[in-house]
Amino acid sequence: MSAAAAGTALAAGCASCHDCGLLARLPGHGAHGARCSRCGAELHLRKPRSLERTWALVIAAALCYVPANVLPVMMVTSLGQVQSDTIMSGVIYFLTHGMWPLAVIVFVASVFVPVLKLAILGFLLVSVQRGSSWRPVERTRMYRITEAIGRWSMVDIFAISILVALVRLGNLATIEAGPGAVFFGAVVVSTMLAAEAFDPRLIWDRRETRST
Amino acid sequence: MLRRHPHNGLERTLALALSAAVLFIVANSFPFLSFEMKGHVTQTTLVSGAIDLYQQGKAELSVLVLLTIVLAPLCQIALLLYVLVPVRWNKVPWQLPDAFRLLRHVQPWSMMEVFMIGILVAIVKLMGMASIVPGLALWSFVLLMLVLTGAVASFEPEAVWERLEKRR
Repeated sequence: MSAAAAGTALAAGCASCHDCGLLARLPGHGAHGARCSRCGAELHLRKPRSLERTWALVIAAALCYVPANVLPVMMVTSLGQVQSDTIMSGVIYFLTHGMWPLAVIVFVASVFVPVLKLAILGFLLVSVQRGSSWRPVERTRMYRITEAIGRWSMVDIFAISILVALVRLGNLATIEAGPGAVFFGAVVVSTMLAAEAFDPRLIWDRRETRST
Repeated sequence: MLRRHPHNGLERTLALALSAAVLFIVANSFPFLSFEMKGHVTQTTLVSGAIDLYQQGKAELSVLVLLTIVLAPLCQIALLLYVLVPVRWNKVPWQLPDAFRLLRHVQPWSMMEVFMIGILVAIVKLMGMASIVPGLALWSFVLLMLVLTGAVASFEPEAVWERLEKRR
């Protein structure tokens, strides 16, 4: 056990219940199947198989990110003419019409946030796997950012769902959700699940104490 | 000190959760936007967007939208009331730990504040081609968002555990 781990709940063989927060002493170090005495949830020192699950979800999100940006998210049919919109073309539309605050909102929420989230999670995963002790406070803060910002990527999906419901005027004008929107939804959901699967306490564990 | 409990914390959360329940019903009963173009008027409710997506064969998106703006908030309100009403009269709700667990897992999927920005984006996109009238449900939705955020933020499962442990 390294000096860094001394005084932690991990070193003392204690685990905080994921569900109700009660601190409990585990019967054996890293024992499986122990349950919280207050709420009955299974106790874990760390989220089980956190790195594997986070990697899987990050990779899935990265794969879906490409079609989400290439395929049209929305098809506008107006008087027989079909116009396809991708996420970027929506941003450009706002820019060219002088509505740059909205262009910024959509760009940040739909393009920048998913990339930032994937980059941060990827970096955290690699740094934890290499047993890095580099700036744990900053890395924990980065994790909190990914947790907080992911939901904002839903802005485009919501805008599309409203447009689809409002603009259905038969031959005059209809708006339909495109395949890109489905992939985009998949990106948002898998990055949110990835942030949930990652256990930020791993950032603070040194390589030698993480064997359990 | 990491945690501090206000004396009437649970009662305040209960009051907010009850108001949220009323606002939820209003927000889902009336159209929140109407759209007028060349004499045609269409209206949309919170659920109708999800229904239209489903009819266009985008079932995944439909489920995602329904979950994040209708089902998750509904689940939050129902669970808060389910826990707080019995606790107010010193009774232990059935399967209390599961209720807490569900509440904690539902929270990230409740995205009403994100939906507000989505409304803004949609309105600006349509501004050029038609007139858009916000409906009653939009205002109750804004209030619901604020009240439910307050209820969830002020709710402390620790306070419930403590009150129930004191009772024993």
